[in-house]
Amino acid sequence: MKNLTEAKTTKRLGIFANTYGGQYIPETLMTELEKVDHAFHTLKDDPDFQAELHDLLINYANRPSLLYYAKNMTEDLGGAKIYLKREDLNHTGAHKINNVIGQALLAKHLGKKRLIAKTGAGQHGVATATIAALFGMECEIFMGKEDTDRQKLNFYRMELLGAKVHPVTTGSMVLKDAINATLQEWASRSEGTFYVMGSAVGPYPFPEMVKYFQSVISKESKQQLKAKENTLPDMVVACVGGGSNAIGSFADYIDDQNVKLVGVEAAGKGVDSDQTAATIERGSVGIFHGMKSLFLQNEDGQINPVYSISAGLDYPGVGPEHATLAKEGRAQYVGITDDEAVQAFEYIAREEGIVAAIESCHAVAYVEKIAPTMSKDQIIVCTLSGRGDKDVASIAKYKGVDIDE
Amino acid sequence: MSNLSAIFKNHKAFIPFVVADDPDFDTTVANIVALAEGGADIVEVGIPFSDPIADGGVIQAADLRAFDAGVRTQTVFEIVAAARKQTDVPIVFLTYLNIVFKYGYDAFCQKCQALGVSGLVIPDMPYESRDDIVPTADKYGIDIIPLIAPTSGHRVEKIAKAASGFIYVVSSLGITGERNEFFNGLKDLVAEIKSYTDVPTAIGFGVHTPEQAKDMAEIADGVIIGSAIVDIVAQKKQAAPEAVEAFTKSIRSAVDEAQEARV
Repeated sequence: MKNLTEAKTTKRLGIFANTYGGQYIPETLMTELEKVDHAFHTLKDDPDFQAELHDLLINYANRPSLLYYAKNMTEDLGGAKIYLKREDLNHTGAHKINNVIGQALLAKHLGKKRLIAKTGAGQHGVATATIAALFGMECEIFMGKEDTDRQKLNFYRMELLGAKVHPVTTGSMVLKDAINATLQEWASRSEGTFYVMGSAVGPYPFPEMVKYFQSVISKESKQQLKAKENTLPDMVVACVGGGSNAIGSFADYIDDQNVKLVGVEAAGKGVDSDQTAATIERGSVGIFHGMKSLFLQNEDGQINPVYSISAGLDYPGVGPEHATLAKEGRAQYVGITDDEAVQAFEYIAREEGIVAAIESCHAVAYVEKIAPTMSKDQIIVCTLSGRGDKDVASIAKYKGVDIDE
Repeated sequence: MSNLSAIFKNHKAFIPFVVADDPDFDTTVANIVALAEGGADIVEVGIPFSDPIADGGVIQAADLRAFDAGVRTQTVFEIVAAARKQTDVPIVFLTYLNIVFKYGYDAFCQKCQALGVSGLVIPDMPYESRDDIVPTADKYGIDIIPLIAPTSGHRVEKIAKAASGFIYVVSSLGITGERNEFFNGLKDLVAEIKSYTDVPTAIGFGVHTPEQAKDMAEIADGVIIGSAIVDIVAQKKQAAPEAVEAFTKSIRSAVDEAQEARV
């Protein structure tokens, strides 16, 4: 194994299309970032590391995840054939585990004993707490106070797994505030601590690294669909908050120009309302949380509060590669409202017997709209990024149903 | 390049900090004047940001007070313009990069030049991204003040060699806010910086008492105090300027006592 602690010199790294990405983070964290970059680029080509990663993905995380033909939805919608990439069946119930296993292995090779992370819906926090338990590492999770209230079940799950969860009470007390708090914690104690980035956002190398570990989603779906249909899909659909499951779902198809890529953003109460998280449709170019990308912000560059029923999608920015795919027209980004997502939550439960995460149901809602407009010989692959158990109580509340938690 | 470096010549500099429009326009103008009267060499004016990731609770709260007062980027420029009628103390802005980016690098630097603002401290812009703005800042004679941290390691050389104005030496890990312990390698860090450049150094993050200010001014060419002053503004509100001036004088005399460090 090569020397991982020797940081290499970096310059203007991670710039997409001459515009997005880069490194915009306090100097205090730059040396640490260089070490992470060096470790990642050394280890990803290391056969021992790959063997360890694959062993955990297969034997611990339950990969490969199923590519399931949604026959009932296909027949009901009467258009394109719909396949669901079942990341909800992974251990811990979401795609987040793919990336967390990879980064925690890096942390282990760097000799780190403590993992810190931010979480929105709690899925990334749960995945991080899970791997910390498995690896015998300390774990601290930062979660907006609003989100700890919305996602009580995941809050408790993280504590059950031995993590210390810090409810963040600054700002609007949601995901972006949790990221601020995690960055501050990292700056205070970077020695011995690894920041497990959950989304395809932040300074280089995080967006590239998260994409790398999540690209297992599209590598698998491509092979699985080839085995079932002997063809590529016509369209790949995934929900986008920061964009980790979407970039993983797109990654292996980006060079296949005939495969249409659609990212579904949370429009909250409407793309044109003030209560939205539709960053690509409504945002403008800015520099925040370590990267140049698109953000919901005012004309002075102050970051706007954002809103979505989904705690996992209400982030005011988006990963730099998504901003680039949008700019280049390689991927299309659309908004789905709270109402549409809740309807899809019920729809997929009744049609397919799958309770999917409210985040993923934004993608499902788009499939409901687009599939009927496509022909029966076309194929959509839609990623179900997570399972919806965590959302049952809040959806019941949204529908005005009183249930005991 | 500005005249900032010259201020440190044979002189230990004191650089206090206030947040613009905290708690309101007139108080900030009066605070800048009070800092100058109290003996500040350079006044650092913070532009409020919605998500100040390098700042602790005291400055976060000040930013929120400024937003309650309705602060805009334009307001900050107007505050400096108003202060300029009463003082010619050198001024630098502390701002997160997005504020400058959205205003436009060229327009922002031009505005700084017009207002006699000599430099920008941008806590979320590391060395790797400095070329975004440095060529534009150079055009208007504005220094981009780099930060060097206890964790900078092998990065110290390239940052120091590219620096102009002064170098902001971060006293300890983490975020701004009063503290009683600092990184114990500060002397060596400053000595290393000195081996690469003549650009002066000022230590900031956590310094809040006259004794600490003296200690830091013995290690470096200057000392930066932020949260302690912002805390006075939080306590005294519109009555802050008098207390701010008294505090500044106490730090001024402590800094003046500092002897040239033997490094």
